[in-house]
Amino acid sequence: MKKNAIKARLLSAPYLVWAAIFVVAPMGMVVYYAFTDRSGAFTLDNVLSLSAYGPALWRSVSYAAVATLFCLLIAYPLAYIMYRSSASAQRLLMMLCMLPMWMNFLIRTYSWIAILAKTGLLNQIFNAFGVGPFRFINTPAAVILGMVYNFLPYMIMPIYSVMSKLNYNLIEAAEDLGCNGGQVLRRVILPLTMPGVLSGITMVFVPSVSTFYISQKLGGGKFFLIGDSIEMQFQSAYNYNLGAALSLVLMLMIVVCMIVMNHFAADEEAMLP
Amino acid sequence: MKKEDIQDIMIDLKDIKVSFGEQEILKGLNLFIRDGEFITLLGPSGCGKTTLLRCIAGFLTPDSGDIIFDGKRINDVPAHKRQVNTVFQNYALFPHLNVYDNIAFGLKQKKMPKQEIKKTVEEMLALVNLKGFEKRNVASLSGGQQQRVSIARALAVQPRVLLLDEPLAALDLKLRKDMQVELKNIQQRLGITFIFVTHDQEEALSMSDTIVVMNEGHIQQIGTPIDIYNEPKNAFVADFIGESNILDGIMLEDYSVRFQGIEFECVDKGFKKDEPVDVVIRPEDVDIVPKEEGMLVGEVTSVTFKGVHYEIIVDIDGFKWMIQTTDYSAVGDVIGILIKPEEIHVMKKSKYSGLYGDYSSFSEEFEEMSDPEAVLEEGDTTGGSLS
Repeated sequence: MKKNAIKARLLSAPYLVWAAIFVVAPMGMVVYYAFTDRSGAFTLDNVLSLSAYGPALWRSVSYAAVATLFCLLIAYPLAYIMYRSSASAQRLLMMLCMLPMWMNFLIRTYSWIAILAKTGLLNQIFNAFGVGPFRFINTPAAVILGMVYNFLPYMIMPIYSVMSKLNYNLIEAAEDLGCNGGQVLRRVILPLTMPGVLSGITMVFVPSVSTFYISQKLGGGKFFLIGDSIEMQFQSAYNYNLGAALSLVLMLMIVVCMIVMNHFAADEEAMLP
Repeated sequence: MKKEDIQDIMIDLKDIKVSFGEQEILKGLNLFIRDGEFITLLGPSGCGKTTLLRCIAGFLTPDSGDIIFDGKRINDVPAHKRQVNTVFQNYALFPHLNVYDNIAFGLKQKKMPKQEIKKTVEEMLALVNLKGFEKRNVASLSGGQQQRVSIARALAVQPRVLLLDEPLAALDLKLRKDMQVELKNIQQRLGITFIFVTHDQEEALSMSDTIVVMNEGHIQQIGTPIDIYNEPKNAFVADFIGESNILDGIMLEDYSVRFQGIEFECVDKGFKKDEPVDVVIRPEDVDIVPKEEGMLVGEVTSVTFKGVHYEIIVDIDGFKWMIQTTDYSAVGDVIGILIKPEEIHVMKKSKYSGLYGDYSSFSEEFEEMSDPEAVLEEGDTTGGSLS
């Protein structure tokens, strides 16, 4: 018995080493840099100067929240349609959802410039009808659109995977007991797919709040997000210490967000078998 | 009994047809169901019995035909507006709700006051012997308990008709027997119509007021359990309900039939002279006598002890009879058999004639293998039953 326990631990050793090198060490570095200055001496200056980044932080959170909401509004009905489709249609729809992810993130975002630009595809179409041109690119809406487009699959996947396990008899049972379509959704389907919704929200909100490329390309650099600020500190200002402090704040925020979501998820799961 | 004479018809199904793609499941089915009746739809899997139930529940709209409920056509009434409720084979309890909320589900939908809901749920829990289970998580219940909750949930909304789709199929034998008695009691106490679907003929015989035997999308026979067992209409019904020796015979004249080369006195009449017929003799209706006294004589080829009786196979001129008897005979014994006139049942030839031979290939193992239910339906525990 004891021997087996030791063996089991030995088996997990490679992972522990991997985690130590690639997870714990970088985080330790971030904390170290955040509380030191260029010479390596302890300082709180980095953390104290963060207030200047309040607007960027707020913008990140609010854009990410809006993008997450839109993802949810699009993904949930889509997942439900997939659930109700035939097996072959389900595979096809799943494939279509995944297809954009075969392309590089940067290229996907670039392609939106071609669509949204002043002389882009969308304005050309409007032009053909004699209206426009409209300003699509370099607006907050364009940034949020970029987020929704890029992170939508992360919302669809968890919701669909929970929904696909839903026993169809439960829906029939609810109808049998007097629920119309909307009531079935509210009283049975929604509560039973909530774990998928919660993990979808986490999986979209976290990358959205920390993204840095989308806002530069689709927002024209006017709507700096916290991710952009961090990138700038490391890439152009070479102020690793300030960049690390910003990262630390972002990390803490994400941790708080995940704790809250996990708390909800635990409540949900307690009710499920 | 003519239909027009009956005042209390609850459900009237007229020429119901259902196809899935190319496959015809129900081929023009007519059936009426009386108020307060315990009716069982019995048949092998794929016979259309569950499809018919789903049509009544409103989960499926027939391609043609009328579903009349209490005098009104309800083909286009959605499931949530029908006064019928279903007990599902896999229970279909809501996993996110506890026992109380599962049973209260339909009542809350009806906007019943809280106090009344509480009272009804308690009544229902008492009805299914689950007092004190209100706060339990449904996943923590055993199969039998889950089935009781599902019955309570369906009955709580006071349906006019309760539909039960093989509700006992997943339970073990002992529990199934108990639940059969309990279900019958509940039905009699509430006096509402139960439409029960099963492929287990024993279950059908012991619970029903009326049995509807179905096969291949057609009704084969409708009748009381005793009628169905004693007077099967064709070889399919005779074979599906209980064990039977089905022989080719010739109806010489009224009250006289010849099979296995011998003329027998019987109680059936109304056939043409020398009409070919199917003759059914139940294994328990054959008497074993010394060979000198036997109407037919044969050699015992197999003996199986069944607890209450022995099941012996006797070879009589090449036809293997099954006989159930409490008297022991050894393999190789030559014995005679006696059949009383009233134990002989004569049926008209049908498309099922000749499909069910003698018991020459009979063995428990073979029966299991050739029983489609045993292979197709998971959780089926009826493999060893008489079918």
